[in-house]
Amino acid sequence: MINPIYNLNKLFDSRVRLGIMSALVVNGEISFNELKELLEITDGNLASHLKALEENKLIKVEKGFIGRKTNTTYMLTRTGDKEFKAHIDALEKMIRAAK
Amino acid sequence: MEDNFQSAEAIKDIRSMMDRSSRFISLSGLSGISAGVCALIGAWLAHPYVFGQKDYIIDEPVAIAQALGGDYSIILNTWLFWIAAGTFIAAFLSAFFFTWLKSKKDKTPIWGITAKRLMINVSIPLIVGGIFLFRMMHFGTFGLVAPGCLIFYGLALINASKYTLKEIRYLGYMQLVLGVINLFFVGCGLYFWAVGFGILHILYGFYMWQKYDRNNSDK
Repeated sequence: MINPIYNLNKLFDSRVRLGIMSALVVNGEISFNELKELLEITDGNLASHLKALEENKLIKVEKGFIGRKTNTTYMLTRTGDKEFKAHIDALEKMIRAAK
Repeated sequence: MEDNFQSAEAIKDIRSMMDRSSRFISLSGLSGISAGVCALIGAWLAHPYVFGQKDYIIDEPVAIAQALGGDYSIILNTWLFWIAAGTFIAAFLSAFFFTWLKSKKDKTPIWGITAKRLMINVSIPLIVGGIFLFRMMHFGTFGLVAPGCLIFYGLALINASKYTLKEIRYLGYMQLVLGVINLFFVGCGLYFWAVGFGILHILYGFYMWQKYDRNNSDK
C-alpha cells in the first residue's frame, strides 16, 4: 500500500480522497452534506470514497439525527491523521527533489 | 517531470480544500442588500427624532421620574431605542432568511461548524462594543454612538473574514474608515451610520450577489 521510495499513500491517489482528508484535518469533524457541497460530487461517488477510507481505518463515522433526518459526520482517526501528514511530507519531498 | 507536476497539483488541491472547508460559504449577497435596506429605513425613521423635529421621549412624566432616579430603564422610554431595536431585528432576520434560502438551495446545513465559528467570532467584538456604547450613553456621550457602532462593527467583520467569504474584510475596513472619520464630525452621526450600515451593505451585497449567487443559478 505504501510506495517504498516516496512514502506516497496509494489510498490518497484521488482528488476526492485528498479533499476529504484536507477538510477533516482543518475542521475536526464534518457532515456528509457539507463534504458533498465542498467537493461538488454525487452522493454515490462520495459514499464510495468515504467507505474506502473508513475500511482502511483512516476516518471514523458517527451516525446521528437532526430532527427526523439522518446526519452522518466523519472525523479522522489517529492513523488517518498520521498517514495524511506523511503523505503531504512525501509530496513536498518529491517536489523538492525534482528542483 | 510528470510526477513533480502531479505533486504540486495535489498540494494546491489540499491547500484550497483546507481553506474552503473552514469557511462559512452560504452567506448570501442578498442578505447584505436586505440588511442595508433595513438600515436605511431605520435611519429615515430615526431622523426626525435625532434632529429634534419630534420628541424622542415616549412618556414625558415617567421619563422625568426615571431621569431623576438615575434609572437605566429611561432608555426603554425613548422612540430611538425601539427604532434601533426594530432595525436590528429586521436586518438580522432578513439577512438570515436569504442565507437560509441559499443554504437550502445548496443543500448545506446552515448550522454547521463553520457557522458556529463565524457566529462566535462576530459576536465577541459586537457584544463588547455594545456594552461599551451602553456605558458611554449612560455618561451622556451620545455623539460617539454612531462612530462607535461603525468601528466595532468594522472590527467584527475583519475578525469574521477568516471564517467566511474573505471579501467581507474590505467591508470591515470601509466601516472602520467611516467610523474614524465620523469621530471628527460628531453631529452627523446618523448620516455616517446610514452610509455605513445602509449604503455600504447594499453595495457589498450587490457585488457578492453578482460574484457568487447569480453565477450559481446560471449553472
